[in-house]
Amino acid sequence: MRHSDHRPAALIEGGAVFPHRHLTGISGLQPHEIAFLLDEAEQWVEANRNRAKPDKRLDGLTLINAFFENSTRTLLSFEIAGKRLGADVVNMAVAQSSVKKGETLIDTAMTLNAMRADVIVIRHSSSGAVRLIAGKVDCPVLNAGDGSHEHPTQALLDALTIRRRRGSIAGQRVVICGDILHSRVARSNILALTALAAEVRVVAPATLMPAAIERMGVTPYADFDAALAGADVVMMLRLQNERMSGAFIPSTREFHLRYGLTLDRLALAKPDALVMHPGPMNRGVEIDSNVADHIERSAITEQVEMGVAVRMACLDVLTRRARKVEGWA
Amino acid sequence: MTALRFVNARIVRPDGVADGELHVVGDRIVDAAPNAEVIDCRGKLLAPGIVDLGVFAIDREAFRAGGIVRVGLMPDQSPVLDDPGIVQRASLVGKPLLWIHPIAAATKGLQGADLAEMAIMKGAGARAVGTGRRWIADSGVMRKVLAYARDLDLTVVAHAEDGGLTGNAVATEGEAATRLGLPAAPSIAEALAIARDLALAEETGARLHFRQVTTAAGFELVRAAKRRGVQVTCGVTPAHLLLSDNAMSDFRTFAHLSPPLRSEEDRKAALVAVADGTIDVLCSGHDPRGPEEKRLPFADASPGASAAETLLALGLGLDLPVERLFAMLAINPASVLGVDTGRLLPGQPADLMLLDPQASWQIRGEAMKARAGNTPFDGLPTQGKVLRLWKGGKEI
Repeated sequence: MRHSDHRPAALIEGGAVFPHRHLTGISGLQPHEIAFLLDEAEQWVEANRNRAKPDKRLDGLTLINAFFENSTRTLLSFEIAGKRLGADVVNMAVAQSSVKKGETLIDTAMTLNAMRADVIVIRHSSSGAVRLIAGKVDCPVLNAGDGSHEHPTQALLDALTIRRRRGSIAGQRVVICGDILHSRVARSNILALTALAAEVRVVAPATLMPAAIERMGVTPYADFDAALAGADVVMMLRLQNERMSGAFIPSTREFHLRYGLTLDRLALAKPDALVMHPGPMNRGVEIDSNVADHIERSAITEQVEMGVAVRMACLDVLTRRARKVEGWA
Repeated sequence: MTALRFVNARIVRPDGVADGELHVVGDRIVDAAPNAEVIDCRGKLLAPGIVDLGVFAIDREAFRAGGIVRVGLMPDQSPVLDDPGIVQRASLVGKPLLWIHPIAAATKGLQGADLAEMAIMKGAGARAVGTGRRWIADSGVMRKVLAYARDLDLTVVAHAEDGGLTGNAVATEGEAATRLGLPAAPSIAEALAIARDLALAEETGARLHFRQVTTAAGFELVRAAKRRGVQVTCGVTPAHLLLSDNAMSDFRTFAHLSPPLRSEEDRKAALVAVADGTIDVLCSGHDPRGPEEKRLPFADASPGASAAETLLALGLGLDLPVERLFAMLAINPASVLGVDTGRLLPGQPADLMLLDPQASWQIRGEAMKARAGNTPFDGLPTQGKVLRLWKGGKEI
C-alpha cells in the first residue's frame, strides 16, 4: 500500500483523520484528508482484483442512490461499491423532468430520511442541491455530482489513478481539456490535484472557460498544443451533446480540430504521459479512438476500476461513526 | 384637527441637523401650532419618514418597523401593474397609513413590446413608469417609452442588465461563481444596459432613474451623464454596499439578489458613488420570499431580500452626514416620483419618525415583522431604531 505525499506524522487512525459527516465536495477537505481517502481505497483495489473473501462491513445498512439526473456509470459504480461491502442498495432514479423543482427536493430528502437510510448518494442537476439535502437529513450524504459544482468521487478516483500510475501526484503536470465552464469533474479535480501539489493547466475555448479560473490555482490555456508541453497527464472532459452545435462551439469537427486529443497531439506531452477521460467518451470529438484505446497510455478503464474502490472507501469511512468503529464513535 | 408640538428634538432638515421644535397641524408641518399636544423628543432625532422607491410587495408591518411611510411599488405584481384599474387599486389600498405610489408598467405585461396606457394610469395614480425587473431588449421600444413618458412628465424607472448577457445567470462572473459552479454573467451587462438607456434618455430628453446601479463601470457612466446634464438619477440597496459575491458561499440563497451581488471592487465603487453623490437614492428593494421560494438550490431559488426593516439601520451604518442619508431615503426618491415630501419644513406633509440612531439591535430573520425573513444580514449586530412614526400627522 502506497502512502501519500501529504500525511502529517501526527495523525493516527481514527475519527480525527476524517472529521466530516458528509462528502459534498473536495472543497473543504484538507490535503491529508484527501490522501487518507486515497490510502483507504488502495485496499479495495486489491480486494476487488483478487476477489478475496468478501468483506461485509456494511451488512445491515441501507444505501440509497437518489439520482435526480440521468447516470449509468456512476450509479452502477456506487451500487457495486455498496453491494461489495454488504449494504442493502436501493436505487431511486428520479428523472429530472418528472420532479417538480422546489419543495419536492426537500420533501424527497425528508422522505429518504424518514426511511432511515444509513447513507444517501445524490446526483442533481443544480449546483448546491446536494449540500441543501445534506443539511436536512440525519445520515451521511455523498455527492455524486451536483450541477456544475462538484463531483468529488470522480476527482478521488482520478487522483488514485494518477498516484498509482505515476507514483505520486505532487509535481505532476496535469492538463485538463474541454468544457471547463460546465464541468463539475473539472472543478473537483482542480481542487483535489492542486491540494495535492500537482501543476494543473486547464484548456478550453474562451466560450467554455469560466471567469477567474486562475484564482483556483491553475493556468488557463486556449491553445491545447502549448498546454501539452511536458504534460504528465492529459485529462479530457466529455463535451455534452447540447453544447456541441452553435451556442458554445461552432461544430464538433471544429472542436476536434482545436481540442481533440489525437496521437499527433499526444506526442507533444511527455513520452509516457497518461490519458484519462471520465466517460462516457465522444470518440472522434474530444478524443480519438486510437488514443482512448492506447494500451500503454490510456488509463480510462482503470479509472472505472478505481471508481469502485474509491466509492467503497468513501462509504466505509462515512459510516464508521454510525457503525461505532473503534476510534470513530 | 390634531396639533402636535415636538420639543427637545434634533430635527433632520435638508441642510443639516438642528435642535429645536417642530409644529404640525392636521397632516402638514406648520410654523406654529396653538394648543398643540406636546411630544418630548428627549434629544432624539426627528427625521422625515422614508420613501422607499421600488418595493416588490406591500408589507405594512415591515414598512412600519422600518420607518417607511411611502413606497414606490414595482409593476412586477400579479397581475402586472399595466392596467388603470389595477394601478388605482394599488394606489388606494394602503391609505391612510401607508401611501403607495405605483410604478406602472411601461409596456403591456412588462413584455417590452407594446406601450402601456401611461396617461390613463397616471390619472389613476401612477407616479412613474418602469421596466420592472426586466430589461427592454428592443432599443426602439425603449426609445418610444422614454419619449412618451417625457411628454407625460413621468420618470422611467429602468432595470439595468442587458438580458442577452445575463441569460439564465444567477451570479456575477468571478471567482465565487466559478467555484460554486453557478451560471454567471459578466458585470459589464449592467454598464451596457446603462449606456444604451442613457443615450436614449439624452436624445429624447426624458427623465430616467436606474433603480439599482451596482458596478464601477455603471457608476462611471451615470457620473459622466450627470455632468453632461442628462436627467438621470440612480439608486442602490444596502446589500450592494455592504456585501460582495463572497456572501453566496455555501449557496446561501438569501444572498441571491437581482441584480446579483458583485465583486469587492464594485462594492467599493458603490461606496464611493454614495459619497460623491452619484447615487441619489437608497432603497430596500423589499421582496419577502418564504422558504418555498428560498429553500431551494441556489439557481432555482427566487432572487430578492426582505429588506424594509434593515434599510434605515444599515443606512445609518454608512457613516454619512445624517441629512445626506435622509436626502437619499426621502427627498430624492420622492422627487423621482414627483412627490413633494421629505423636508421637515412648513408646508410639507407631516411624515415623521422619531429615531434613536444609537439603539443597538441584532438583525434576525426569524424576528422580522415582514412576511418573510429572507435577509442576507441575518445575525448582524446593528444600530438605529425607529421609536415612533407619523404619517400625515397620525401616529402609526
